Amino acid sequence: MSAYLEIRNLSAVVRGTGERLLRGVSIALEAGHVTGLVGESGAGKSMIGKAVLGILPTAVEVVEGEILLDGQDLLRMPPDRRRRLIGATAALIPQDPLTALNPSHRVGPQITDRLVDILGWSRADAEARAQALLDEVHIAEPARVMKSYPHELSGGMRQRILIAAAFAAEPRLIVADEPTTALDVTVQKQILRLIAEMQARHGTAMLFVTHDLGVVSKICQDLAVLYAGKVVEQAAMRDFFRAPAHPYSRALLAATPQYTDPTGSLRPVERDVLDTVEAEIAADDREWRNGQAGP
Amino acid sequence: MRDGRGQIRRRAGLRLWLSGGWLALVLFGAVFAPWVAPQDPLMQDLFTSRLPPFWMEGAEPGYWLGTDNLGRDVLSRILHGARIALIVAVSAGAATCLIGATLGLIAGYFRGMADIVISRLVDIWMAFPPVLFAILLIAVLGTGLTSIIVAIVVIDWTRFARVVRAEAMNQGAMDYVASAQVAGYSRLRTMLVEILPNVLPTIGALLTLEMGISVIVEAILSFVNLSIPTDDPTWGGMIAEGRQAIHQSWWVLVFPLVTLFLTVLSFSQLGEGLKDRFDPVLR
Amino acid sequence: MQFLRAILLRLATTAVTLFGAALIVFVVVRVVPGNPIAMMLPPNATEDDVARLRALYGLDKSIMEQFVIWLGGVVQGDFGTSISLRRPVAELVLGRLPATLELSILALILAVALGGAMALLGTRWRGRRTEAAVDVANGVGMSVPDFLWGLLLILLFGVLWPLFHISGRVSPQLDLPFSTNFYLFESLLRLRFDITADLLAHMFMPSVALALPLAAIIGQLLKQSLKETMGLDYVTLARTKGYGETRVILREALRNAVLPTLTLVGVQFTFLIGGTVIIERLFSYEGLGNMAIDAVINRDLPLIQGIVIVFAALFTAVNLVVDLTYAALNPRLRHA
Repeated sequence: MSAYLEIRNLSAVVRGTGERLLRGVSIALEAGHVTGLVGESGAGKSMIGKAVLGILPTAVEVVEGEILLDGQDLLRMPPDRRRRLIGATAALIPQDPLTALNPSHRVGPQITDRLVDILGWSRADAEARAQALLDEVHIAEPARVMKSYPHELSGGMRQRILIAAAFAAEPRLIVADEPTTALDVTVQKQILRLIAEMQARHGTAMLFVTHDLGVVSKICQDLAVLYAGKVVEQAAMRDFFRAPAHPYSRALLAATPQYTDPTGSLRPVERDVLDTVEAEIAADDREWRNGQAGP
Repeated sequence: MRDGRGQIRRRAGLRLWLSGGWLALVLFGAVFAPWVAPQDPLMQDLFTSRLPPFWMEGAEPGYWLGTDNLGRDVLSRILHGARIALIVAVSAGAATCLIGATLGLIAGYFRGMADIVISRLVDIWMAFPPVLFAILLIAVLGTGLTSIIVAIVVIDWTRFARVVRAEAMNQGAMDYVASAQVAGYSRLRTMLVEILPNVLPTIGALLTLEMGISVIVEAILSFVNLSIPTDDPTWGGMIAEGRQAIHQSWWVLVFPLVTLFLTVLSFSQLGEGLKDRFDPVLR
Repeated sequence: MQFLRAILLRLATTAVTLFGAALIVFVVVRVVPGNPIAMMLPPNATEDDVARLRALYGLDKSIMEQFVIWLGGVVQGDFGTSISLRRPVAELVLGRLPATLELSILALILAVALGGAMALLGTRWRGRRTEAAVDVANGVGMSVPDFLWGLLLILLFGVLWPLFHISGRVSPQLDLPFSTNFYLFESLLRLRFDITADLLAHMFMPSVALALPLAAIIGQLLKQSLKETMGLDYVTLARTKGYGETRVILREALRNAVLPTLTLVGVQFTFLIGGTVIIERLFSYEGLGNMAIDAVINRDLPLIQGIVIVFAALFTAVNLVVDLTYAALNPRLRHA
């Protein structure tokens, strides 16, 4: 089976300075699968999701690579067509539910807008669909909630609404950008379970961006470990936890307490491991720079 | 990113040079008017009335920008008019700044009763149309240079008071002010040593802006014939005369108008440019 | 409940402001040198005549007494009698107020349209040459006052390219079948578009002159606020839904970006109304401001007082309306 989303050799730099943010990233995601993108903050894991959805900050420039969605290269598509394709087939579950809903619109239209404006549904159909979705994400009184403004709802509620909105158009790909990080610990588990449940029911492929290996183990089939914008290891979940191949992966796994000693304290990644990775990155950069200068 | 900022920097520099250069030119013209003006600005000569500027047919040498209805040389009158414009700009601007900024600083830093009284006064002042207020004041004070300056101060102190009050309040809420007070410095010293320097860039920008406004107010008062009682040429007075004769001799209106326009624009651009350059936060 | 209290508090401070403004004008006006009574009487009038006239206008009492009497009248809608025009001040002011209101509101509409367009253009093509051009235009628009714009417009559209009338409110030969002095408004209601066109040809230059500085301020503030909003999470989310840049600006960002601009526009609108005084003079437009300058020149104390109070009331009303609009547009306040 060929991959639904395939990222090939994607490199991105800071516009102007040329500082590398993504270093030849290649990731394949099969239809209906969940792949975790794991790394420390600044490793570029969110950047990959943003590149796929076409929402990179203007200061970031993609300099090489391909993003194939169902065989079509998003990066070599007219921007308008790309935008509509993404709108119709992909969605984002954002990180912070408090800032991801427009404060001056009611909740309902923020779920139905894509259906009505981009996919051409009738308003009544879209509203019925939104009600059903709110039901699916376990929101009581969907009709009342749809008429509320975001500030009237709790953070957990809002994240449920954003999840419902993401699934509204029955997308084939969802990018979940650290969807539980901004929430209270008690709510985190519920939301994670809800995302897993929705994903399973709708069979949506998902890129799950997180810094937390514990979260990855609960929801993903595959994962890619990133360090400084480079994929250091990509593996199936089961293989990874049995025998991580890369020293950095091993160190990362060891640093997550629940897999080693549940009572033990969090161990930082060891210095010499980091040095190994840094050396790899430096070698990669040299090669890249030569490649840039050559032709 | 770096390129973008560099470009903004360069543009700000150009703005400073252009506006500063024009104002220097006006200052030069004002100071040396008696020596550089080609004609006596008050000399009427019906034989040379309504001469067009130098590039048009019928122009006469020595009357570069033409003459008005009474045969007075437009260029010489603009140069002499710059004197009153700049005197008003500098003295009214400085006095307004001093009074307004002091009141704003007191209201914003000391708060309490002083703030209530000053803010209420500002509210009342804001309820008057400024031009009408100015005209009314001139009617009370009588025409003349001093009256104009006093009128501008009375009307416009609120601009400084409002902005400086807000800034002083922001600064007063900062940690470094609290630590200065904990260190045992008096409130007055804190205000002058800790707050004032941080508010200065704003005051500077407002001051140059106010100078431009003063020039305009003087022109407006001259325009409604309430400026200075003598025959000394003023830009506003020239504009009022030019407005009357607009269909016969447009140059009588155009040249003082362009001078006024560039001067006012330069004052405000100079202020903005200086603020960009000296504001420690922006820099 | 809290909302109602806030409104009542606002009304109370408004009343204090108006009272203070009235008192100041009353006192300032009364120290005006020059004897308005003497100007009304023939040169051969006796001392008795002067005294009788002074008593008639109440000028023989102390300033505080006069103020109380005047305020008592104002509360009942009696602003006294104009000395130079010898008609009730209330009637004169109400006759001219519509002209000034129409001019101010037309200017406000122009300013919002122009400033809004500039802000949207600058945001849509931010970081490009379009935005730089918008910035320069806003910078110039803001630093040149309405009086100078008026003069430049006279040169441009009055002399070089005479498209519009440079003085008056309406062509004198036109027969106006109106029952109020809201000519523009009434001409629209009565579908007399020929008169509307004539009115607009007169109002074009003064209203544009008034509008330009405000348009520049709106353009600048709204653009800044739009650009900030465009970086927020919900805007990014909307992009992933398939909306184009223009749509995202209008649908997601605009409404939230308008709020911070609104309060400042309110204050600036009062400056615009204040600007009508000299602009009406410049274009010989028969409004309140033009009448005010004549009143000052003629030392017409009751008329000056009446006009200033009406302006002050107008200013405070504008600020009140802005506060209420702000509350109405902000869902967070509305439901609190």
